[in-house]
Amino acid sequence: MADSSSRSRDLDKLLLRPGNLVGPRFEPGTELRDDLQTFAKVLVVGAGGLGCELLKDLALTGFRNLEVIDMDRIEVTNLNRQFLFRLEDVGKPKAEVAAKRVMERISGVQIVPHFCRIEDKEIEFYNDFSIIALGLDSIEARSYINTVACSFLEYDSDDNPREETIKPMVDGGTEGFKGHARVIMPGITPCFECTIWLFPPQVKFPLCTLAETPRTAAHCIEYAHLIKWNEVHGGVAFDPDNPEHMKWVYDEAVKRAELFGIPGVTYSLTQGVVKNIIPAIASTNAIISAACALETLKIATECSKTLSNYLTYNGSEGLHTEVAEFERDKDCLVCGPGILIELDTSITLQKFMGLLEEHPKLQLSKASITHRGKNLYMQAPPVLEEMTRSNLSLSLFNLMGKLPKDVVHVNGTTIKNDQKFSCLRKLRVIFKGVDGVADMDTAGGA
Amino acid sequence: MFYCCSRRRIMIKLFKVKEKQRELAENASSGPPVKKQSAGELRLHKDISELNLPKSCTIQFPNGKDDLMNFEVSIRPDDGYYLGGTFLFSFQVSPIYPHEAPKVKCKTKVYHPNIDLEGNVCLNILREDWKPVLNINTVIYGLYHLFTEPNYEDPLNHDAAAVLRENPKMFESNVRRAMAGGYVGQTFFPRCI
Repeated sequence: MADSSSRSRDLDKLLLRPGNLVGPRFEPGTELRDDLQTFAKVLVVGAGGLGCELLKDLALTGFRNLEVIDMDRIEVTNLNRQFLFRLEDVGKPKAEVAAKRVMERISGVQIVPHFCRIEDKEIEFYNDFSIIALGLDSIEARSYINTVACSFLEYDSDDNPREETIKPMVDGGTEGFKGHARVIMPGITPCFECTIWLFPPQVKFPLCTLAETPRTAAHCIEYAHLIKWNEVHGGVAFDPDNPEHMKWVYDEAVKRAELFGIPGVTYSLTQGVVKNIIPAIASTNAIISAACALETLKIATECSKTLSNYLTYNGSEGLHTEVAEFERDKDCLVCGPGILIELDTSITLQKFMGLLEEHPKLQLSKASITHRGKNLYMQAPPVLEEMTRSNLSLSLFNLMGKLPKDVVHVNGTTIKNDQKFSCLRKLRVIFKGVDGVADMDTAGGA
Repeated sequence: MFYCCSRRRIMIKLFKVKEKQRELAENASSGPPVKKQSAGELRLHKDISELNLPKSCTIQFPNGKDDLMNFEVSIRPDDGYYLGGTFLFSFQVSPIYPHEAPKVKCKTKVYHPNIDLEGNVCLNILREDWKPVLNINTVIYGLYHLFTEPNYEDPLNHDAAAVLRENPKMFESNVRRAMAGGYVGQTFFPRCI
């Protein structure tokens, strides 16, 4: 049994003995605990409020191979909650300082920092990891990582996800007293794109309100930021991380507020409005990161069932938390299986479009086709139709770079119940008889 | 409970297998460079392939047929105060489109109550009234509408709005003078007709 003085005393309680809440394939034992250290490799995206907590939690949970990626440098305002950083660290890259501090305090853990944008890494970099834990602060960044992780997903000929290609993600987010933690298993639970429509629209003030009839301090600030800046600095892009730029906007906002008799413009409100910041609270970050780290452990070891699949937390009045089970969008363009289509390498783009019209599951006419960002044929506008018309007589196999299998997206019209609908579909195309495609079961295609 | 496949193997075992595969594959040649399209680009591809513009509006893709995220639209109103002028707009679409509205700026200097001298356009569907169900076609129609029905109620150009409201005849001649290339007040407008 577990040695009561060993470092893994508490972890052993989860991994060394059976239980009632364990996953279906859970195999308790020291091999599991040791394998966790040897083989599990986790990427933490973001080394800020959530990232610092995640690194600490994962390292203390027993993960030994961690990497962290963050493009930012440490600022003074981070210090109230990004506890791995100190005043003398201001200006240094977050990822590097965070990695160093955790390795100093927890022996045995290896953390490789990456001081760069997530887009700067090759796609295959992300494939190296067993699980990706997200501590991000924007929709764009989440959408990007989600697209990359789901791109590794392959389906078999029965449209079932192939298990070994599933890249699990644990995504956390916080805003003041509120937060969420969700588990994303591409092909099984909804991916980020499946539920992106649930986000409320961003708050945007009409430009004319800013220009003519401001009523609030935020209007004055946005006037200075969006309108006055370009009038005076035309050509120079506003940099929210440049304190001189921020000071300029603040000063202009104060002038405008005085002109209209509007109170409340402060430097910190200016930063908040311009950078879309909501004050951050250490405890919310700690709670959400803990949930994420726990889910990461559960995914890696099956020591318990993972949360299924979206946890929300609200501590603004009392404390409320709930887990909702969202469903996948079967037609999701990012994580869905799409429709499997087998083709001869000789088929032309034009013939392919004819096939789409006749295909029982599609019946898609007037198709426009895109493959990996290249527009193979566009029905409209006339300028693009002309530019792509010559592709119609070319072989689709060649147009797709001679790949034996890949994903294409097609947009066109289909008829349902006598009504015309516009429809955008994902297709998994497989070319028959090409090297590397042994049989249908191994020919998934992401 | 999300484990649905009966032959599901535990995660750690999968990591071990993958590690071995990776070692074997390290010397193998890599596949073609992978460019992933965001869902936003795909939705934009849909909007563009379904564009149905009036004759007065044309679209150009300065970066070629494969960059749909940055394009330009020329509007040549066939009615109203701005008849005969040509006005160029730049569009920048974000990877999280349609969650975010396209960013539109007017590249032609124009005397207009709803377009300022920096090229900012006051059109509700570009900001507070944007919804993901709208598309590029609706934005272009919205812009066209600004020329056929300029309004003094959402002014970005305070002076032009005032003139339109108080003296439409003078507004008309100001517009013509500006489009032909000339001064309105202290501001010079290059020819766009």
